Parts: sequence; structure tokens; C-alpha cells
Amino acid sequence: MSSLRPARLRPSDLLRLGGYGLRSRPLRAVLSALGIAIGIAAMVSVVGISTSGQADLDEQLDALGTNMLTVAPGRTMFGDDATLPDDALNMIKRIGPVTSATAVGTVGDTSVYRTDQIPPGETGGLAVIAAQLDLLGTVNARLAGGAWLNAATARYPAVVLGAAAARRLGDVPAVWIGGRHYSVIGVLDTVALAPELDTAVLIGWDAAKSYLDFDGHATRVYTRSVETQVEAVRAVLAATANPQNPDQVDVSNPSDALIAQRAASQTFNSLLLGLGAVALLVGGIGVANTMVISVLERRAEIGLRRSLGATRGQVRTQFVAESLLLSLLGGLGGVLGGLTVTVVYAGTQQWPPVVPLWAVAGGLGATLLIGAIAGLYPAIRAARLAPTEALGAA
Amino acid sequence: MTAVIELHQVTKSYPGGVTALRDVDLTIEHGELIAIVGPSGSGKSTMLNLIGTLDRPTSGQVVIDGHDIAGLTDRQLSALRARRIGFVFQSFHLAPGRDARANVADGLLYTGLPRRERERRADQALTRVGLGDRLSHRPHQLSGGERQRVAVARAVAGDPAVLLADEPTGNLDSVSGNGVMDLLRELNTAGTTVLVITHDHEIAGSLPRQVPMLDGQVI
Repeated sequence: MSSLRPARLRPSDLLRLGGYGLRSRPLRAVLSALGIAIGIAAMVSVVGISTSGQADLDEQLDALGTNMLTVAPGRTMFGDDATLPDDALNMIKRIGPVTSATAVGTVGDTSVYRTDQIPPGETGGLAVIAAQLDLLGTVNARLAGGAWLNAATARYPAVVLGAAAARRLGDVPAVWIGGRHYSVIGVLDTVALAPELDTAVLIGWDAAKSYLDFDGHATRVYTRSVETQVEAVRAVLAATANPQNPDQVDVSNPSDALIAQRAASQTFNSLLLGLGAVALLVGGIGVANTMVISVLERRAEIGLRRSLGATRGQVRTQFVAESLLLSLLGGLGGVLGGLTVTVVYAGTQQWPPVVPLWAVAGGLGATLLIGAIAGLYPAIRAARLAPTEALGAA
Repeated sequence: MTAVIELHQVTKSYPGGVTALRDVDLTIEHGELIAIVGPSGSGKSTMLNLIGTLDRPTSGQVVIDGHDIAGLTDRQLSALRARRIGFVFQSFHLAPGRDARANVADGLLYTGLPRRERERRADQALTRVGLGDRLSHRPHQLSGGERQRVAVARAVAGDPAVLLADEPTGNLDSVSGNGVMDLLRELNTAGTTVLVITHDHEIAGSLPRQVPMLDGQVI
């Protein structure tokens, strides 16, 4: 007489058992896995796209630096435009952690024309800005072509065009400003941290004074500080630039705008993630539904397996395994879909495609959890079926 | 000879007051070929469920292969079915999408044998029932008689102490039915205890021992 202990199912047999139910109805398996796949794909691609976008932004910020602060005149108590004091730049340069500072001044009431033939009304919306020689290094600007101003050209009627200004004026050897030709000696690339320079025609500080009646007031001061001291510098900049009226000075950090853009996209992301979670939930309900139907349809099989010696536990395990496989199928499809969407989207945006490992692992983990929960109730029902009743159902 | 099945004063009633079996005594020796015969409603299927340990009696004692099933847990009963009892059903109960070998090997799934061994024994059992050339056929490619032979192969692949056949010829024409009965006789000659449930007196009469039943009692 043998001892009556049920044999354990081997893992490989269990896997085969779980897959058997799916293979016998492939279309149904694919359709119910699709719900999960969509949910996981949505979540993985949202995380992937936002991570790729952030990676791109981080690269940008790394390249630009987050240590630039700009100082501009604000408004007086009466709402008039304020001006910065003449020695604001020198005062700012004396702040310890400030590594460089440079000023620009907008030359008022001047317009830029391609030639002297253009009617005075068609100004093109370009500003003439007087610049100092150390501007490029401080705002991290690069030349797209030609040369930057030097000590000599800064005193003569010569200009450097901002990127947008160059596009608007076209490839011209000289521009017409205030009744005089100015030679174009260079063109800048887009300046990410100082977009106002893109639509500007830059002229030497002294040349602006001698040819365009520039009053010499700085309308903006760009500063770079030691990275760790940016906040400390920011706190004292206004008072340093204009000790009499610190409230008439606007201080800003241009990289704040980029960071704010990131925060905004994160809010949007959590909304999309929520939608992905809803899709996942619906997918899980779909799997549970499929499993309930499967158990109802396969009562005869359950009865047969019990007569062949399956314990209740083995019947239960079989259906949980089937449910796990079903949702894992959806999960793998979803991860693959999410990766594809991320790579394609990042490609169109010229971002580095990044999908964090935790998103993939989390997606598959959520899938398994859903599979287990969705399969448990149908599996318990299958196991509770009396063998005689199950066999009679055939 | 030792008893492989013993029923002592077995009664089975269902909720609602239906008594399907009343005070049945039955002993089946090892190596017997026996028919339980009776019209529908006579309690023979209930008896098969009790002998097959798919159900428990309301009162009385059922001893299968030396185990009093009253003292066994559901898990132990499952193990008993896996190793000592083979079932053949009227409607075959074969998995439609799987070939004969897979269907028979599935019958050994709960014995703990590794897959290769299960398939080897399945091939053996199928050869034994005369289907050695149909190993890779799926049920829909087989005739009714052949399907029931696959089911018989599944039941005997694990070398059970007793083979329980519930109306094994019920869905077959007479030629196929006779073929299946011949197969059961052969298996019995080779040593398997075979218990056939049938309403067909002709089939019952062709077996060495008959247990006639009526209204839940052995007459």
C-alpha cells in the first residue's frame, strides 16, 4: 500500500498547463491581453517620453549652465520705466561669487532696414542693442559665421546679427540704420538663455554712442556666478545694482523658465499616467472576465483533471498560472509597445531615447499582480467545483 | 485473491430527500471483470462516483485498495485517484486540440512522473490498445471507437488497481462498442480489475460477473 501523498506539479508542467488554455483559444487570449498591453504601453511610453525629454533638457541645462542671472530695470513707483544707475555693472562685478558680468543697452527709436530703399514703416521688429566685448562668453553664445566685435570694430559702424534677425534680413553685406550703412561682420547662433539677442542687431557700445545717440544706460546685465552661490548672489543683486531703489530692479534666472517647462510637463505626465492606470485596471477586469468564462466553459476539463488525480490546489494553481501568463503576455506586449513609442517619439524630437529600468520592471510587476488578482477568484471557483458535478456538466 | 473494492452498508442521499443508494454491500476481488447493470436512475452512476472516490457516502464504509476513504482528506483521495484508479467516460473527455499521445500523457500528469516518462508510457499504452500508429492524431481525426480506445489508454497508462468504465460503449456503434469491450477483456486478462457500468444487459451478460441494480439497491 502506497502512502497517499499527491505529487507536486513540476514548474515546467505548470507552465505548459497554463499555456494550454490560452493556446486552445488564441484570439480570446490576445484580445484580453490587449487591454493590459494598452495600459502598460501607455504608462511605459509616458514615463519613457518624459524621461527622454528630461534627459534632453538636462543636456541643455548642462550645456547652458544654471548659474546665469540677469538684471533689468523694472518700473518706478509711478509706473514709469526705471533705469539702472550708470555704475550698476561695476558694482555687480564686485560681488564676490560673480565670475563675469556684461551689460547690453537697447538703443531707442532706431529701426533696422535691409537697404536704404525700404520704406521707413517696414521696420521688421528688430532691436538695435549695444553690446560689450565680453557678451558672448557670459551668455554662452556662439557665432554661426563671421566674427564678433573687437576693440576696433566696436567703435566703427559694424554690426553682428542675432539668429532670427539674420533670417529676417537675409544674407546682406550691410544694413541701413538711422541713415547710415553698417557692415555685417558676423551672425550669432540661437542663444537659449537670452532669446532677446536673437531678434537683435548688435553694435559696439562706443559706436552706438557716437553714431546712434545711445544714452549709455544698460537695459540688461548678464551675470555668471559660482554654481553653489547663485541664490546668494540673486539675493543681493537688486540692492547692488541700484542701492537707492532696489525695488526698481528685476532679477531673473533664465534657466528657471526651462525648469518651469519641465514641471509643467510633469503635471501633464501624471494625468497621462493616471489614464494608463485606468486602462490597466480595465485590462485587468478583462482578464478576470476571460478567466471566469474559461472556468465556466471548462467544467468538464476540471472534472476530468480531478478524476485523474488533480487536487483542488492543483486546479487552482492551473488557473492562476493561466491568468498570470495571460496578463504577462499583455505586459510584455505593452512594454514592447511603450519602448517603440518612446524611441519613435524621441527620434522625432531629437531627444536621446531613455526608458528607465524601473518603468519596465514596474510595468511587468504590475502586470503579474493584476494577473494574480484577476485569476484568483475564478481559480478558487474552479477548485471548489465538486468533481461529480463538473463531470456531469459535459 | 484480495478485495480491491469493498462497500459495506453504503447509503448515499442527496439534499432534498433523494436516496440514490440504500444499504449496498459489494466486494470486488482483485483481477475481476464485473458489470454493474441497471436502468437509468438505479443508482449505478452514484455507485461509480463512490467507488471512484469522486464523492463520499452519507453512511457506510467504502474501502478502495485497502484505504477506508472516510479517513482520507481530499488531497489523499486525489492521490489515490492519480495512482490507483482509472476512469473511462461515456463521452470520452478528450482534449480537442491535443494529439492522442498528449491526451494519454495528461492522464499521468498528477503522478509526479517527468514528462519524458509520461510520454513513453503514453506511447506504450496506446500501442497496447491498438493505436500505435495513431500517436499524433487529434481526437477529431479519430473514429468514435478509436477515441474511446485513447480514453482507455489514458485510464490504464498509470497501471491502476481498478479501471472504472461508465457506459464505455454508450456513444459507439455496435462494432466499435464490441471492439472496446474486447479491449477491456484483454486488459482484464492481463491483470487489471475492470468494472463496467452499463444499462445494456447484453453487454453485461458477456462479462463473468454481473451486479444488477434497481432503485438504489443491489438485487
